[in-house]
Amino acid sequence: MISECGNVKVKVRNLSMIFGERPEEALQYLKEGLTKDEIFERTGQIVGVYDASFDVAKGEIFVLMGLSGSGKSTLLRCINRLFEPAAGEVIIDGENALEMTPQRLREVRRTKLGMVFQNFALFPHRTIIENVAYGLEVRGVPEKERLAKAAEVLKLVGLEGHEDSHPSQLSGGMQQRVGLARGLASDPDILLMDEAFSALDPLIRREMQDELLDLQDKVNKTIIFVSHDLDEALHIGDRIALMKDGEIIQTGTGEEILTKPADEYVAKFVAGVNMAKVLTAEGVMKRPEPVIFVDSSPESALKRMRKYRKNFAFVTNKNEEFRGVLREQEAKEAAESGKRVEEVFFLDTPVLSPETPVTELISIVAGGTHPLPVVDDRRILVGMIGQTALLDALTPGVTENGVA
Amino acid sequence: MALPRIPIGDGVEIAVNWVESHFGGLLDLLSTVLGALVEGLKDVLLLLPPLAMALVIAAFVWAVSKRNFKMAASTLLGLLLIENMQLWTLSMETLALVISSTLVALVIGIPVGILCSRSDAANSIITPILDLMQTMPSFVYLIPAVIFFGLGNVPGMIATVVFAMPPTIRLTNLGIRQVPKDLVEVAEAFGSTPKQKLLKVQLPLAMPTIMAGVNQCIMLSLSMVVIAAMIGARGLGYQVLVGIQRVDIGTGFEAGLAIVIIAMVLDRITRSLTEG
Repeated sequence: MISECGNVKVKVRNLSMIFGERPEEALQYLKEGLTKDEIFERTGQIVGVYDASFDVAKGEIFVLMGLSGSGKSTLLRCINRLFEPAAGEVIIDGENALEMTPQRLREVRRTKLGMVFQNFALFPHRTIIENVAYGLEVRGVPEKERLAKAAEVLKLVGLEGHEDSHPSQLSGGMQQRVGLARGLASDPDILLMDEAFSALDPLIRREMQDELLDLQDKVNKTIIFVSHDLDEALHIGDRIALMKDGEIIQTGTGEEILTKPADEYVAKFVAGVNMAKVLTAEGVMKRPEPVIFVDSSPESALKRMRKYRKNFAFVTNKNEEFRGVLREQEAKEAAESGKRVEEVFFLDTPVLSPETPVTELISIVAGGTHPLPVVDDRRILVGMIGQTALLDALTPGVTENGVA
Repeated sequence: MALPRIPIGDGVEIAVNWVESHFGGLLDLLSTVLGALVEGLKDVLLLLPPLAMALVIAAFVWAVSKRNFKMAASTLLGLLLIENMQLWTLSMETLALVISSTLVALVIGIPVGILCSRSDAANSIITPILDLMQTMPSFVYLIPAVIFFGLGNVPGMIATVVFAMPPTIRLTNLGIRQVPKDLVEVAEAFGSTPKQKLLKVQLPLAMPTIMAGVNQCIMLSLSMVVIAAMIGARGLGYQVLVGIQRVDIGTGFEAGLAIVIIAMVLDRITRSLTEG
């Protein structure tokens, strides 16, 4: 849905990366359908990435996820050409990075592409502020100006007061903040983050993820984030591309990947996730059925209920705006006493928003006598969540599209 | 039926003679420049009276070793012992030879080392040459040095440079290649030019290894200037040679001791610079 908007920042098309001397040969074999192992045996070349395509929208956090060796870091390095792709396109703001001259590439790296590395990769021979100012330094920004800018960014990541320390004097979490500050100092539009938090222990990692999200609200960069940690990907990613053996096998939001895995590999990959932590009402809701209009007769309402074998119906007006819930018992009474639907349905039913996290749903839905309606911000009825839908969502192995 | 002998020795002789006859002017120029370098340095070292110079050197050690008083004091004592053995002038000549040989070796060796670190092709050509330079008995260098430059300090210096340069090249190459890959990637990802990458990242991070190469270079220079006395290089080496020729153990030992003291002083200075 995002990819078709006009504000695509980075567009990657059919990108392939081969480690070896004769990439054309390996590409030819790939087209002929040979596996990566066969190509390695025949040519001694390693396929890093094959035929990867995706779009990243402006201001989006896009996560490349996969196990180690899946090619996610390689793909990231193709975007700023630390690795030279064998084929494909990397379009940054409408310009193909793979066709840039070395001068133009340097210019783009200096101004548009920040990068944050795994294991921090701080220069041990430079102080913290000199590390942060490195990008500005190579760009030729005068010392006073670049140090002022670096100090500002250090403050943004909460490290003021450590300007003149050396990297070895800082804890891991602090070092990665320096790495982040270095990536942000030249104010790039795009931030490439390679397993940026993987070297941190779990509590600090979570803290840094939240800080990144807070920071993202302030700086609004386009972030391409490489991670092997599904929880991390789901937590910070607007969208996720799941990679295996150098290929992207599914791209989508976290919910899409969790609820509609493209194949068995993805399903297995996501099987261990605590669904409650990541899902929202939108991800687990079902089609609202039955629905009756507010001016229907009680008899037709009862007919619809019987058709769907339910003892309730959602009531909307002609514009599909949610009005309330009609229960079977009241509908029967109305039919006998000749009342109209609008006189007997419940108006004060709790409603859910699509963004309500599943964790909050559990207590509301569990106690109810009928599924709860989900309405969007214009009160349009978009879905319903009952106890079965909730249980289905929390136990992905046994869902109806059954991919255990 | 014997195979014909391949005339390697004759070939080398012809090549050396050819160089001598075609590049004589250039060799003379080189000889003049290098000779002036050694003489100039010697004059500087002998500018002050021995006691004052010993103090200056000790103060320098004190400064570079981050005010290590013990190190400075032992340096001073060692230098005073040299003066006491009446070997001061010869020692300063040796020191001038060692310093100028090392300088030339570094000026050539470090850039070649950088070249080796950036190009695998250059590395694969230069490495066997370095192996040859290091394993060939050092006396062998003396012969072409004499043919090109005659007798004296300059041929001694040339032979010393050839002998002492390989570790500088090797360790510069190694130091740059050992810079962690991710730090080189950082330099590239932030848009450094190749020169910025070298000067701001690779060389500073390779510096401890490069300095170990410098240290090795100095030590090898010192051992070679003694041998170079056989082709007329001056200094303590000559004194050792005299000791050998006259079977005068006292003269030989005293000169040897002075060389050891100089080696220790130079070693301390370079080590301090490395750690600093």
